[in-house]
Amino acid sequence: MARSNSMQLKMLTTVAAWSIGLMIFFPILWTILTSFKTEAQAIASPPLFLNFDWTLENYQVVQERSNYMRFLWNSVFIAGGSTLLGVLIAVPAAWSMAFVPSKRTKDILLWMLSTKMLPAVGVLYPLYLIFIELGVLDTRLGLIVVLMLINLPIIVWMLYTYFKEIPGEILEAARMDGATLKSEIFYVLMPMAVPGIASTILLNVILAWNEAFWTLNLTAAKAAPLTAFIASYSSPEGLFYAKLSAASTMAIAPILILGWFSQKQLVRGLTFGAVK
Amino acid sequence: MKLKNTLLAATALSAVSALGVQADVITVATVNNGDMIRMQGLTDDFTAKTGHTVEWVTLEENVLRQRVTTDITTKGGSFDVMTIGMYETPIWGANGWLVPLDDLSAEYDVGDLLPAMAGGLSHEGTLYAAPFYGESSMVMYRTDLMEAAGMEMPAAPSWSFIAKAARAMTDRDNEVYGVCIRGKAGWGEGGAFITAMSNSFGARWFDEDWNAQFDSREWSDTLNFYVNMMNDAGPPGYSTNGFNENLSLFQQGKCGMWIDATVAASFVTNPKDSTVADKVDFALAPDNGLGVRSNWLWAWALAIPAGTQQEAAAKEFLEWATSKSYIELVAAKEGWANVPPGARTSLYKNPNYMAVPFAQMTLDSILSADPTNSTVDPSPYVGIQFAAIPEFAGIATEVSQEFSAAYAGQQTVAEALAKAQAITNEAMEAAGYR
Amino acid sequence: MSTNASRSAARVMMAPAVILLLGWMLVPLTMTFWFSFRKFLPMRGGDLGFAGFDNYVRFLTSSSFWPAVQTTLIIVISVLVITVVLGILLAMLLDQPMWGQGIVRILVIAPFFVMPTVSALLWKNMFMDPVNGLFAHLFKAFGAEPVIWLTDAALPSIIMIVSWQWLPFATLILLTARQSLDSEQMEAAEMDGAPLLKRFWFIVLPHLGRAITVVILIQTIFILSTFAEIFVTTSGAFDTRTLTYLIFQRITDSQNIGLGSAGGVYAIILANIVALFLMRIVGKNLDA
Repeated sequence: MARSNSMQLKMLTTVAAWSIGLMIFFPILWTILTSFKTEAQAIASPPLFLNFDWTLENYQVVQERSNYMRFLWNSVFIAGGSTLLGVLIAVPAAWSMAFVPSKRTKDILLWMLSTKMLPAVGVLYPLYLIFIELGVLDTRLGLIVVLMLINLPIIVWMLYTYFKEIPGEILEAARMDGATLKSEIFYVLMPMAVPGIASTILLNVILAWNEAFWTLNLTAAKAAPLTAFIASYSSPEGLFYAKLSAASTMAIAPILILGWFSQKQLVRGLTFGAVK
Repeated sequence: MKLKNTLLAATALSAVSALGVQADVITVATVNNGDMIRMQGLTDDFTAKTGHTVEWVTLEENVLRQRVTTDITTKGGSFDVMTIGMYETPIWGANGWLVPLDDLSAEYDVGDLLPAMAGGLSHEGTLYAAPFYGESSMVMYRTDLMEAAGMEMPAAPSWSFIAKAARAMTDRDNEVYGVCIRGKAGWGEGGAFITAMSNSFGARWFDEDWNAQFDSREWSDTLNFYVNMMNDAGPPGYSTNGFNENLSLFQQGKCGMWIDATVAASFVTNPKDSTVADKVDFALAPDNGLGVRSNWLWAWALAIPAGTQQEAAAKEFLEWATSKSYIELVAAKEGWANVPPGARTSLYKNPNYMAVPFAQMTLDSILSADPTNSTVDPSPYVGIQFAAIPEFAGIATEVSQEFSAAYAGQQTVAEALAKAQAITNEAMEAAGYR
Repeated sequence: MSTNASRSAARVMMAPAVILLLGWMLVPLTMTFWFSFRKFLPMRGGDLGFAGFDNYVRFLTSSSFWPAVQTTLIIVISVLVITVVLGILLAMLLDQPMWGQGIVRILVIAPFFVMPTVSALLWKNMFMDPVNGLFAHLFKAFGAEPVIWLTDAALPSIIMIVSWQWLPFATLILLTARQSLDSEQMEAAEMDGAPLLKRFWFIVLPHLGRAITVVILIQTIFILSTFAEIFVTTSGAFDTRTLTYLIFQRITDSQNIGLGSAGGVYAIILANIVALFLMRIVGKNLDA
């Protein structure tokens, strides 16, 4: 009796969860499907779900028109570079906040987060002038630095909450054994912090990959990432749904795949200290 | 494809080294419209001829405008050639931000540019941008639906005829709407249309002392006429329709008439995309008996920002892309109907091109537009669907947002006009006109 | 445990991050502040001199200012409410035993990986378009008049798009928190015959408190600067102009850097008020 009841319940939750999951995912699925239609089929009424002539035409057109690989590499470089640089700077900061806290630690942490609230558009003009002055307009380096600065507060915070969960006694024991600060960080702390660092990296790669204001405004041809690639397929004259879908699929596919493969990693560290 | 590129580049390089000319890389910013995409596809021809290579930055119109404006005002130097419009060119030229195009080669034949286009892209007689393609606006209509409605389109219709025909052609049950017109917010979208339309109703943006004129009877007449006609005979949600939305409606056979850019003609008559390709004819944009028609004038043009390191190569590119031989290149590859229209007089003397069904009407529309004398009452500004002052884009975007809200029924026409009046005067004061 | 030596070492280790962020905040901020007191019109020759508080007065008294603040707050609060409430429900559901839990979780988090520009473009064109959009087809299939989303329900549409993007984030954090709840405690409560709703209210919800705070804090930071979703869909028409968007219009459309910068200073003040408010809550909830 109890068993069949729980089976029924499981069945019910499965159906409910799957329908909701598919509903949330549907826009992405629809985009992927549309990318394999012709432009005319893309706006057919009633809409065609699976019963259309699958074609790779749109991907060919996009491939011929834009150098996808270059946009892709720029995205990879910028998202990866800014995240790694950010983590390098954030690890020592988060370490000292977690293990040598002072009265002001909390204030500093919250202040860091508040820098993220500055409206980007407000400083577009100043920053553009600075970029010209430094000669880093349309360079990957310039974008790596800006995106690193934008995400640094989040990185510090994530690492901080993660480090805090590492019991202090272990460090004390290491110190008893005569470990130096350096070996304390590299041999004791790091191995324990790897999952946290991994998920920090993942989250920030996603955030940097999807950042669309600075990456679009501070680049031209050389450093333009996938956000600029998309801007050349939105609303041209004429029918564009299928081509836009193909370009969109190409822009989100790498990060989607990365996210899916590493979702367990991502989830483990995505707690921001909310789990106690 | 790759191999071909490499080969071309290699031959180009050897040709160049033989001549001892420097091969440069230039960065060109452009809109993602069909004609520009085609140009991008033909870059190899430019590289083969000059040895220079091109880095393309192709962006959607709004993004492009924002990008190039930021870059030019800060002298950022990100681009060697920019695609800009008739609105920006005289303003930027006056500021000394563009390289004057007063030394183009004899072969280029500046005198061949349509005078209306060259005039709109000049400041005090100096040309600052070369037209890639030019457009006016006109009526495109379905001959079959017009016939079914028992009416006949004159070559130069009036607004009252258009409204009457639109109501007669509308068949909502079958999703056929008499008239499709832009209503989308944005100065280059619905804002452009309503401004051009208001000219024919005798309205203007500013009086000679730069006072906003939205409290005038003429504006109220324009907007009321538009809203009444669109509510009776327009498609649902016309307040969000721009060029693209209307194009797709018309191509699907859902519009009786469409009043929009002349370049649309090649799309609606292209049987590959349009279900009504063989049932379309054209007429001049309507008037209201006051001597001014409601057609606009626009050109997408190529300009070179002052201070670029690659001025010589940029100029070569600009000449190549807007030359007679480029037009012939496109004609040879894609047919005459697909060449960039509205830029050169010689194109409209070419019998091959004049055989294209919309060529004559496009020319007539362009010729009937006069940016220096666009309003019935005198006005202090140049431009038909815009006023060529730096503040206009900002003001008109907000004004057109108020209009669109009125089209959507979220406020009355009177409310929208009152807000437009306040917004405009506020901004003109901030800019120091009043 | 912390000695003086480790204290100074800690300071050194914190220095790069703090100095960088300080520079990142101060340099553009100082420039914005400077511009806000200038009559700075790039299209009319650039810096035309000192303007006093003109820009501040003009921005504040402009007819678009208060509606923009209101719109900003409506978007932030609505998205927070929607994502937190739905996030909790989804977290509870996903925590139950079921078949294919991993796949469902993948489906649910997917929107988080889509860049805002792309998601705005997709929703606008392929779903909310009044003629060719999927919603329009759906409405017509049921014999209803299609809703013209981005005109008649512009603000709710934008809120929906932004919520779609952030729901996965909220769900994930809440789910992790839910899973960390001691199952013995729950079972004990179940044994005691506490009804489902009561168990949820008195055991689960308090346990999720910290996670909810974190979701609110992080999302507020990101949603306050919502830009692409508005730029792509309505360009600020139909009462969807946020403060961020208004500043953008002043700077790029009107080319009035002074006025826009004054707006930027107001936005910073608003952000700080919100931040202060948030930190009050967060400070209590997070023993940072």
